[in-house]
Amino acid sequence: MNEPAIIKNLDRKETTTLNLGPTHPSTHGVFQNVLEMDGERIVSGVSTIGYIHRAFEKIAEHRPFYQITPLTDRMNYCSSPINNMGWHMTVEKMLGIQTPKRVDYMRVIIMELARISDHLVCNGILGVDTGAYSGFLYLMEKREHIYEIYEEICGARLTTNIGRVGGFERDFNDIAFAKIKKFVKDYVPVLKEFEDLFTRSRIFMDRTIGVAAVDAQTALDYSWTGPILRACGVDYDVRANEPYSSYEDFDFDIPVGTTGDVYDRYMVRNEEMYQSIRIIEQALDKIEKEPKGVFHADVPDIYLPPKEEVYNNMEALIYHFKIVMGEVDSPKTEVYHCVEGGNGELGFYLVNDGGRTPYRLHFRRPSFINYQMYAHMSSGMLLSDAIINLSSLNVIAGELDA
Amino acid sequence: MGKISNQELIQKISSRFADRVFAFSEPTGLLTFETSKEEIIEVLTFLKNDLDFNFLTDITGIHYPEQELPIGVIYHLHSFRQNVRVRIKVFLEEQQPTIPTAFNLWRGADWMERETYDFFGVQFEGHPDLRRILNMDDMVAFPMRKEFPLEDPNRVDKKDFFFGR
Repeated sequence: MNEPAIIKNLDRKETTTLNLGPTHPSTHGVFQNVLEMDGERIVSGVSTIGYIHRAFEKIAEHRPFYQITPLTDRMNYCSSPINNMGWHMTVEKMLGIQTPKRVDYMRVIIMELARISDHLVCNGILGVDTGAYSGFLYLMEKREHIYEIYEEICGARLTTNIGRVGGFERDFNDIAFAKIKKFVKDYVPVLKEFEDLFTRSRIFMDRTIGVAAVDAQTALDYSWTGPILRACGVDYDVRANEPYSSYEDFDFDIPVGTTGDVYDRYMVRNEEMYQSIRIIEQALDKIEKEPKGVFHADVPDIYLPPKEEVYNNMEALIYHFKIVMGEVDSPKTEVYHCVEGGNGELGFYLVNDGGRTPYRLHFRRPSFINYQMYAHMSSGMLLSDAIINLSSLNVIAGELDA
Repeated sequence: MGKISNQELIQKISSRFADRVFAFSEPTGLLTFETSKEEIIEVLTFLKNDLDFNFLTDITGIHYPEQELPIGVIYHLHSFRQNVRVRIKVFLEEQQPTIPTAFNLWRGADWMERETYDFFGVQFEGHPDLRRILNMDDMVAFPMRKEFPLEDPNRVDKKDFFFGR
């Protein structure tokens, strides 16, 4: 029963069945693909997923809204802050909360840092899979710096649980701002160096140009979103199409590719990192102009009061108790909110019946939807090309399986 | 927001389908309506070809055990050119819910429908490969239905009555 069906090639002519995964080192995650191989060439394949399915949607139906944030961390764990912010904004949209501009800009900084950390891992890994390890190590150091910024802001590194519904749990301190400014200054030269190693490298170009090219129509037909769709030449970016968290205040470009091959995806991700730096720089300037010390919306119904007040003030204690017990009044409505995640449109479909927990919560996970073309597009490809195709799709197992 | 208003969309959709589409609403600004499983493919085709909803964002399910038709299938469509979204719901019976597949309109419906089948047991007629996707193949239940317990059903310490409900 658990054996995936092998499609096509029914007469099994001189072919070998190859299990790529679930724990193959080159797949960077728990992916199984049962491939029918004709020598080095893939005849057909079937993807099996669900190895780390953790039933987040079911668990979410039993948890108050603020306890769902840690679940979202564990979807795309390369850019968990984007997931966290997306979830906070979904709840805010449902409750009709308007966050102050400063909070929006702080969120933008965090989300763009997360996008950089997501893209740099993807592009670095692409280098590793094409046989060039050193570029990855250059960039990995910078991811460490991003994680140090997270650490300064929320105390965690990978599964961040950053921010709260309504804003942040505390203001960014001076060290955090200093670290962000230092990162913005230091990152561009490193990225340039990384590009020098790869972009015009003959070996890298030969390995990636023309591999797994997808035209725009097919990509749209398969509901692709994110950098891989933009690499096909479709300029769809949620940040521009439906601006959230004040993205409309920022000036940035959306890079698009032409052929949709692995090289284009690499180029799009690289350019997006430059654009993210540009956005962070603007956000830092804008924060300067906003009133200092504002880090959350004035919503006592959902935002926890400061601890000192809880101990000394009756009203604060009541609010604290109500929020922790999940006794927050919420409207009977349904919300679809999406953010531009590292891999594409990360959507939250929340159906609320006014109770303690969501009635239904569905995550539109870009990795899950982007990955479904993988086995199909691998047919006819060389195995080594299929590997770099997988890394350039940047499928994150946690997001794939939720 | 989009270039085409929800009112305009409602008018266009209802002039084409009359009373075969119903329950129009706009929760948080997103146009939502219901139709029946007999009409769904025609509605989706009309939205895709005539109203320019070129992109299938999501297909998912929902379960309202107390309703006459408890199992819902929910489609989110998106028009990139108009920059507007629409949500369509179809409600089905609890025993053997069936609905035609949207696979022939969007290939992306493949795994979305498999996921919905996996968790809600909705049979998508005409789907080329309707197997479980995230759960194991020998699972017998459809775990996102409300009667399926999250954990040990004998556990009482999390019951609502302890919290005054």
